[in-house]
Amino acid sequence: MNTLVFDAVSRASLRLEARLEFLRLLRTPGFSVPVLLFPLMFFLLFGVLLANPRSKLQVTQYLLATYSVFGVMGPGLFGFGVSVANERDKGLLALRRALPMPALNYVASKLAMALCFSSIIFVLLALAGAGIGGVRLAWEQWLLLGLVIVPGVLPFCALGLLVASYCSGQAAPAVINLIYLPMALLAGLWLPLSALPAVFQTMAPLWPAWHVAQLALAAMAQPSQGALTGHLLYLLIFTLACGGWAARRLQREP
Amino acid sequence: MQARTMVELCGVSKRRGAIQALAGVDLAVGGGEVYALLGPNGAGKTTAIALMLGLLRPDAGSVRLFGSTPQDLAARRRIGVMLQSAGLADALSVGELLAQARSYYPQPRSLADIVALAGIEPLLRQRYERLSGGQQRRVQFAVALCGRPELLFLDEPTTGMDTESREQFWRTIRELVGQGCAVLLTTHYLEEAEALADRVGVLAQGRLVAEGSIAAIRGRVGQRQIRCISSLSEEQVRAWPQVHSALREGEWLRIVAAEAEPVLRSLLAADSGLRELEVQRAGLAEALQTITREAA
Repeated sequence: MNTLVFDAVSRASLRLEARLEFLRLLRTPGFSVPVLLFPLMFFLLFGVLLANPRSKLQVTQYLLATYSVFGVMGPGLFGFGVSVANERDKGLLALRRALPMPALNYVASKLAMALCFSSIIFVLLALAGAGIGGVRLAWEQWLLLGLVIVPGVLPFCALGLLVASYCSGQAAPAVINLIYLPMALLAGLWLPLSALPAVFQTMAPLWPAWHVAQLALAAMAQPSQGALTGHLLYLLIFTLACGGWAARRLQREP
Repeated sequence: MQARTMVELCGVSKRRGAIQALAGVDLAVGGGEVYALLGPNGAGKTTAIALMLGLLRPDAGSVRLFGSTPQDLAARRRIGVMLQSAGLADALSVGELLAQARSYYPQPRSLADIVALAGIEPLLRQRYERLSGGQQRRVQFAVALCGRPELLFLDEPTTGMDTESREQFWRTIRELVGQGCAVLLTTHYLEEAEALADRVGVLAQGRLVAEGSIAAIRGRVGQRQIRCISSLSEEQVRAWPQVHSALREGEWLRIVAAEAEPVLRSLLAADSGLRELEVQRAGLAEALQTITREAA
């Protein structure tokens, strides 16, 4: 790709590019409505309104953590997977690579977009959890939860990019949905894994969403599984592997 | 050859899948010149451009853009690009798209200049997705102008434009060339090459089979085109010496021949009812057909 340059022009360009990428997706209702509203809606429905009154707070707390993870999967998987696949199809990626856009800015601006969306999703769910669901956390816990959830989008960005490097714009939404929805279920984001057959509990450590969810539960001092360093290491390796693989593939097949 | 070489392919070969897209191509565009790269579909034009822009790397040979590799950001900051198949972000306004493209360059052209050159003043606030095909092409052209390029890559620039937009577009190109901008152009419209280009290169099956001024290319094929209304069959005429091709279009017979006179004598002798006889020097289109056919 390009030789790596990150001068003043590149930095100013990145700021603009990130803002435009965010605006572009915000103005695309097929992206922004499901990504911003579905996690909030599901959380209010299953985590607050329909929660069993006897264990209500426990359910609300669990689902606040897990629906936040479900929420940030969206901008990562769709914001990267579907967007990049479409932009490859339309020749937009080729044009930007031909124009002197600094090589890293393409991905960096999309990462900034994904972090913005994941921050908004987290704030919406946190407000709903505290305001309507009655979740009470110490401010350090809220902060810690935010520090898990907001960057929790990154492994999904890498996975989305990997899908985009193989799929056409037509195929990407289907493939992404085939990853998104089953993984949410299998990682226990919709209901605890104890409610599913035992084999799914054994498989859970395969899914990045499960690791982010365990970190989120731990941040809220809720029961969680596995060690902190194990989760972080898995997520780091997963992100780098998917991102690296995708980058190699995109360089060869732009 | 030219005062300053802006972009150059030296002995470049590139396979794409099973196809040898380019085989040992040497090509250079110099300062302030308009170079038109012509050839049938699949001849390797798009691959040549992709190599010059650094989107692909050659299997053999070298590509230099302003003396460095096309991957070098500093070199690419001196170019503008309009690709055949490239869309822009649908949900952004024209103004936002121009701001984005301008941000890639250290000293971008002023927005007012870009808007005036590309004739897109009324479109600035509109979303790209709401523009017509021709308007989108003009915005893509505006994006190519954002960096005051010294070299402009235009890949099939006027596809989808109406005649008026096309002529306006040619005027703008001439104005830019007058200011010293070099242009590498690919086009299907030969009148576009004739209107703009100083030099023409013809690609056929991945090889550069002819290169020179428009007049030289035309002259390389000293052919005459003969049209008449005649009852003679194509096969009959094709069998005569000197005849390159004969094609029936309704009652009209169209003949391309190396020399007109012997063919005319045979025509008049063979068909006493022949009428509406016309003889013309072959145009660029016929020249290209002959050159690419000979190369095949």
